[in-house]
Amino acid sequence: MTYTMTRQSKPILLGAILLTLAVPVFAAPDDVQVDRGHKVYDKWCFPCHGTGPGKPGTDSLRQRGQNPAVLEERTDLTAPAIKQFVRHGVFFMPMFRKTEISDSELDAIAAYLTRNNKK
Amino acid sequence: MRVPPGVAAKDFSDAIKQWQEAVGPDWVFTSDEDVDLYRDSYSPFWHEEQDPIPSAAVAPHTVEQVQSVVRVANEYEIPLWTISTGKNLGYGGSAPLLSGSVVLDLKRMDRVVEVNDQNHYALVEPGVSYFDLYRYIQDRGLKVWIDVPDPGWGSLIGNALDRGGGYTPMRDHFDSHCGMEVVLADGGILRTGMGALPGSKTWQQYRYGFGPFVDGIFSQGNFGVVTKMGFWLLPAPEGYKSGTVRVRRHDDLVPMIETLNYLMNSNLVQGTTTIASPLLMSRAAQGVSGGPSALLMSPGGPSVEELEKIGRDQNLPYWDCQLNFYGPTKVVEAQWQYAKEKYSAIPGASFVEGPTYRLPYDPQDTDKLPKRQFGIPSLTIFGLMGRSEGHMWFSPIIPMTGEAVFEAQKVFGQAYHDMGVPAISQLFVFPSSFFPRSFVILCGFPIYHDVEKNRRSREVFKGLVKAAAEHGWGEYRTHTAFMDTVADVYSFNNHALRRFHETIKDAVDPNGILSPGRCGVWPKRMRKAQA
Amino acid sequence: MRLPPGVSSSDFSAALARLEGAVGKDWVLTSDDDMETYRDSYSPFWHEEEDRIPSAAVAPDSVEQVQAVVRILNERKIPLWTISTGKNLAYGGSSPALSGSVMLDLKRMDKILEVSDKNHYALVEPGVSYFDLYRYIQDNKRKVWIDPPDPGWGSPVGNSLERGGGRTPMGDHFASVCGLEVVLANGEVLRTGMGALPGAKTWQQYKYGFGPYIDGIFSQSNFGVITKMGVWLMPEPEAYREGSVAVPKHDDLIPFVDTLSYLMNSKIVRGTMLLESPVLSYRQSQGGSVLDMPGGPSVQEMERIGAEKNLPYWQMLFHFWGPPKVIDAQWEYTKEKFSAIPGAAFRDGRAYRFPVELKDSDDVQRVYLGIPNLLVFALIAGGQGHMDFSPIIPMTGEAVFEVLQVFGAAYAEMGVPPKNQFFALPWTFFPRSFVLLFGLPVTHNIEQNRENRKVFRRLVGVAAEHGWGEYRTHVAFMDVVSNVYSWNGHALRRLHETIKDAVDPNGILSPGKSGIWPQRMRESRA
Repeated sequence: MTYTMTRQSKPILLGAILLTLAVPVFAAPDDVQVDRGHKVYDKWCFPCHGTGPGKPGTDSLRQRGQNPAVLEERTDLTAPAIKQFVRHGVFFMPMFRKTEISDSELDAIAAYLTRNNKK
Repeated sequence: MRVPPGVAAKDFSDAIKQWQEAVGPDWVFTSDEDVDLYRDSYSPFWHEEQDPIPSAAVAPHTVEQVQSVVRVANEYEIPLWTISTGKNLGYGGSAPLLSGSVVLDLKRMDRVVEVNDQNHYALVEPGVSYFDLYRYIQDRGLKVWIDVPDPGWGSLIGNALDRGGGYTPMRDHFDSHCGMEVVLADGGILRTGMGALPGSKTWQQYRYGFGPFVDGIFSQGNFGVVTKMGFWLLPAPEGYKSGTVRVRRHDDLVPMIETLNYLMNSNLVQGTTTIASPLLMSRAAQGVSGGPSALLMSPGGPSVEELEKIGRDQNLPYWDCQLNFYGPTKVVEAQWQYAKEKYSAIPGASFVEGPTYRLPYDPQDTDKLPKRQFGIPSLTIFGLMGRSEGHMWFSPIIPMTGEAVFEAQKVFGQAYHDMGVPAISQLFVFPSSFFPRSFVILCGFPIYHDVEKNRRSREVFKGLVKAAAEHGWGEYRTHTAFMDTVADVYSFNNHALRRFHETIKDAVDPNGILSPGRCGVWPKRMRKAQA
Repeated sequence: MRLPPGVSSSDFSAALARLEGAVGKDWVLTSDDDMETYRDSYSPFWHEEEDRIPSAAVAPDSVEQVQAVVRILNERKIPLWTISTGKNLAYGGSSPALSGSVMLDLKRMDKILEVSDKNHYALVEPGVSYFDLYRYIQDNKRKVWIDPPDPGWGSPVGNSLERGGGRTPMGDHFASVCGLEVVLANGEVLRTGMGALPGAKTWQQYKYGFGPYIDGIFSQSNFGVITKMGVWLMPEPEAYREGSVAVPKHDDLIPFVDTLSYLMNSKIVRGTMLLESPVLSYRQSQGGSVLDMPGGPSVQEMERIGAEKNLPYWQMLFHFWGPPKVIDAQWEYTKEKFSAIPGAAFRDGRAYRFPVELKDSDDVQRVYLGIPNLLVFALIAGGQGHMDFSPIIPMTGEAVFEVLQVFGAAYAEMGVPPKNQFFALPWTFFPRSFVLLFGLPVTHNIEQNRENRKVFRRLVGVAAEHGWGEYRTHVAFMDVVSNVYSWNGHALRRLHETIKDAVDPNGILSPGKSGIWPQRMRESRA
């Protein structure tokens, strides 16, 4: 994990995430869920985190040394971390409300982004 | 659970129950976790008491639900704060001005009601983003363009009501609207313009309707909740071309902008043009004068003669601007040729040809296109954020003249100097013509999660607002944190305009429930005495 | 002496004395002869009781005097009716909606405060006419054009607030308004937009200012008295040219208007055009109607006649302003697009380079060159005037066909023979829509006027039934037209009334304008 989390999150939550990162335990993603997550991701996340020019999220991550910088190509993301960033934001990424990305849609995004993780 | 100011806890829980009945319990948010999502992600009050936090949020799906929600709020005198998509980052985001307000979140009203590519208009609900409408149009192969601001995830309605701007010929977003549907504070509903005629065939074609044309009062206002809005769209043009004009000397800016005015006001150049200074921007990039302050004319800084010499030595033009042309190739070529002819009157003027595009473009190619000029939504603007955690916009309007640009460089340079702001924080940008016939300077101040830095930023911001006002320049829009500060400078005849706004406010929203404080308009029961 | 309704004779005399104190004795008029001059010259109530006649007229010459006059009248709840130059002929002229109102005649406020030909705007007072502004620009050699309506003696302030139109690319007059100064019913003065910032440098450059943008509520309205207005002007173009496009068949109108809409909304074609039908005009010249009358000739028959007489079914004259090479390219492109219609024919029209000295023999319509004039009166042969019926219809061929059929049927139902049928094909005065301007005649014959007023009201009703509303109307028909804008129990008018009651609680400003009556007069009119 190469992020430096400068946001003032509640310490307990941060601890929980670190714990979760240390011992990832989650079910294998369901194909339908992954597909749905891909669609939601394309709508909400791709414009900033996608490939190609003019993707500030990707560019920012790259500048901070993240490799790969494109989220979809990563194999180390976890559902709790994804939810933390979506619901709390980080740097100039704002948080997203439930009227934008519902909890269920967020689960699907997480399924999509973690589809390549090795257990 | 937080309770809105001035509301009894029992009344609030009654209201919540009624909202849950009206929109469904899933769409009434009261937990801290959910309500926190409505804070301003780019708050200049991060970690401070003043950071506004809503007490709850309600997300209706239909106009009837909006009416019910508003009726309940009105009954209990609960302040609401309406957001369309809540993406007004840099101006307050999704957070209410008055802490403890209930956010009325219209994101779920996301229907594209109609897009007509014969008469080139759209009718949308507030939750429709530029991305949504763009996708709708692409999916159906409709021959119209939208006009996008930076960034593209906001709401057409929200942005137009805040009177934002974009880049194409339809860049004045409020001006492009045609017809509104509005829910009033008592839950009543009306349609403006031709929409007031039942079965109207021209609601999105003729703006004014009959009698007083009210639409404007709902922009940057708190007199009603807009639930539908029509927009005029640009017919998909056959071509686009840009060309850059460069001038060598400092004083050339004057004829450069005079010519720009002539061309724009004659409809020969369309869209937004941004003034740039390759010379000064190169100095800023090199960190000369501490970086950003290189764009200003600060006390003790280099003289114009010195700068012109550096420009000659480094072969950097003093000023340039990109002109944009939309239309069939033969027409845009003729317009560009003519622009060059006019600009050639400035000795030493040179030109850089931009690409000529034949349209329509292949949707596969969008990444290669100048998205802003093509009405293709993106989030590219966030690439300018650097290491900050957000930004807030300082956005004064200055006259569209070279003299005004020079004056702005001096006035803001002096203001920063007087406030003891270090060179590296003396932010400035050259203006753009987002709105016809005027210049707007859009300067983004970084936000950090650092109380001291933000306090200082806010102080400087207010100092700039004051300096601008002293020179006859006012902001066209501002962050919720500064709405009273900015409203205060519009003080002609003892704030007569604001008192007029208040007269209307008290008449159309007597309980003062709709977005209290927006643009300095407070309901009677919350009004502070004016100095 | 006529009295304002609800005002006693002694109160009125006292008010008149105070008004004389405010503006000078010479400028408070009460004699019958003086009141005659404020009647609607084109009144559809000539000789009738209902003819609107004021009780007095006051003519201030400064903002301070306007404020004083309004305060005096407000104190005694005396209704006033504001005119800028009072040349609103066909829409009520200088007459008030409420007989007995006091005219607030702003003609004496005729200062041109500024004209900029760097940023292309003017700041004027209400009494400035298009002629005045044109003369000023010529005399001071400013390189800007105005956009005069037909005719040119009216006021840019008055006409823009009525949301009238002209022929050049600046034809949507209200859209060119930038910054207002307003005197309110309580005598206070405010400035809108950037004018609310003392010492503002951009009052005539940026329209909206900060916060709620209110300018629109003062148009076609009675919420305030405008004492200054900023207006955007067009830079003087290098050249002008015309070209006409004609298409042979009836159904060609559909692709014709589609193409027109595309060209206009792309700003390749600008200004105000009139759709013409040589075939239908021919029919009219032979005693028939322009409209589709029951039992009238079929489309095929008309097309046959058209072919025989070498008359296109539809035609339109286009206008271009700009540098010669650009407008040539725009005209070429226009022809290219219309060529998709089989049989489309083109003819080059007049062309001018500026500056130009026009000869009397140059029969170009002066308004297209921004030159104010009164030539339109030459077209109104005979009669004592007209009243304009002006519905907005969609910019589609289908809408035009519907209009021909609907108004044809309406006239047939009313028993109006073709020679008395007033109708005009659409104009493009306003972006993105068509406006029909029918002038119904007014005479000094009571029976004829009564009949024509009935016809007018029926036309309003018929239009509304088909989703078409008027963009503006005559003082005599303001309630009738306002009534068709009835969505959700007249919700919009109720909002207008809410604002009216708040900003003009004594209801003194132009009662009845656009169907908005102050509270104290509403109940009695219900």
